[in-house]
Amino acid sequence: MRSLEPEVGRLLAAQIPRLRRYARALTADPDEADDLVQDCLERGWSRIHLWKSGTDLRAWLFTIMHNLYVNGVKRRAARPESGPLPASHHDPRSMGQEHGLNLRDVERGLAQLSPELRSVLLLVCVEGMSYREVAQVLGVPEGTVMSRLHRARERMRRWFDGDTGPALRRVK
Amino acid sequence: MSARERIPEEIAQLHAYVDGELDPEARREVELRLGQDSEARRAVADYTALRDALGALYGPIADEPVPPDLLLGSRRPRRRWLRWSGALAAGLVIGILAGWGGWQLRGLEGELASEENYVVREAAMAYAVYTPEVRHPVEVDRSQEQHLIAWLTKRLGAPVKAPHLDRLGFELMGGRLLATEEGPGALFMYQDASGRRVTLYVCLNDERKTTSFRFDRYRGVSVFYWLDEHFSYAVAGDLDRSELLRLAEEVYSQVAV
Repeated sequence: MRSLEPEVGRLLAAQIPRLRRYARALTADPDEADDLVQDCLERGWSRIHLWKSGTDLRAWLFTIMHNLYVNGVKRRAARPESGPLPASHHDPRSMGQEHGLNLRDVERGLAQLSPELRSVLLLVCVEGMSYREVAQVLGVPEGTVMSRLHRARERMRRWFDGDTGPALRRVK
Repeated sequence: MSARERIPEEIAQLHAYVDGELDPEARREVELRLGQDSEARRAVADYTALRDALGALYGPIADEPVPPDLLLGSRRPRRRWLRWSGALAAGLVIGILAGWGGWQLRGLEGELASEENYVVREAAMAYAVYTPEVRHPVEVDRSQEQHLIAWLTKRLGAPVKAPHLDRLGFELMGGRLLATEEGPGALFMYQDASGRRVTLYVCLNDERKTTSFRFDRYRGVSVFYWLDEHFSYAVAGDLDRSELLRLAEEVYSQVAV
């Protein structure tokens, strides 16, 4: 057992940067995000025997994190169709206009998506997962991933174009 | 999947186009359509702008250094107390008072011990993470010892020393910069003839407290630690206590100010 630990520890540790990124984007709160990562690593560590060596450890950990997050949201049971109000933790200098969108607006728009839409959007656009990988992580059919992705993107468009949100500045 | 959840194929194609999920032939078909369909063109432009913006917003987080307490899924103290600053602003004074009472009850001894605990935790974790490394156990090896010391001294902002433990059969392998609870820290690694490794962890001791040797174990790693002037020191290894103590005493005799 002892000899196995450093190896598995290294494998888990290698996933931490991406887990932190996903957690931060999901929760919009660095402290809550790192708590979520820690919960995920603890659960992953304690159930590592359930992970099939050679299969995608990243997807397995993302599934654990996603479930922890969703359960946490249910427990808080605040507003099922809305996420936390984000406090921006980003350096204003990073909010360039080169993408045509104000990044702070994007962050605020993301926060008004339901967790299930937000997670699909982040897994595709930030984590760069294929639709198949996202379906695996979330445990839903690919068709569901597609429809959530569509709803998430259209809500973001409405958020930018609508009365409630800022105007969408289009590039090109 | 309910019927409600299906989206038309021509819309799915636009998303798949933006996300690089199409083969070249399907891409060409979508591009042909974009030439004629301004609504589809707007959708693709918006989806692409959003994808780029999300990447710019969150992508760099994966490049941040990982807090050491997260490594190995250890039990790090929750940082929720940071939010107390917010609670204070909201006038939740009662909670703070209750918290204060708790601190008083714990007494000075307990407070001191808990402050030092992170040293044990971080030293044990650095040992567990770096000593199994075959190819990159250290960042700078002993052939560049002068450079290593100068670099770490500069980063920690106080004179760092790399003790030599050859007398006890452990040779300096080199060292690395660490991210610690107290900011930049240093880790030196030593190895004996049989390949056993021990580490010396050094982090800043801003309060300039001095303590005697203390012994603790964390996740199977034995640690001797003490605070002395600029730094907290911790010698970590998978050795028996008396052997580790000899090493710690040797380190102490060489770094003591």
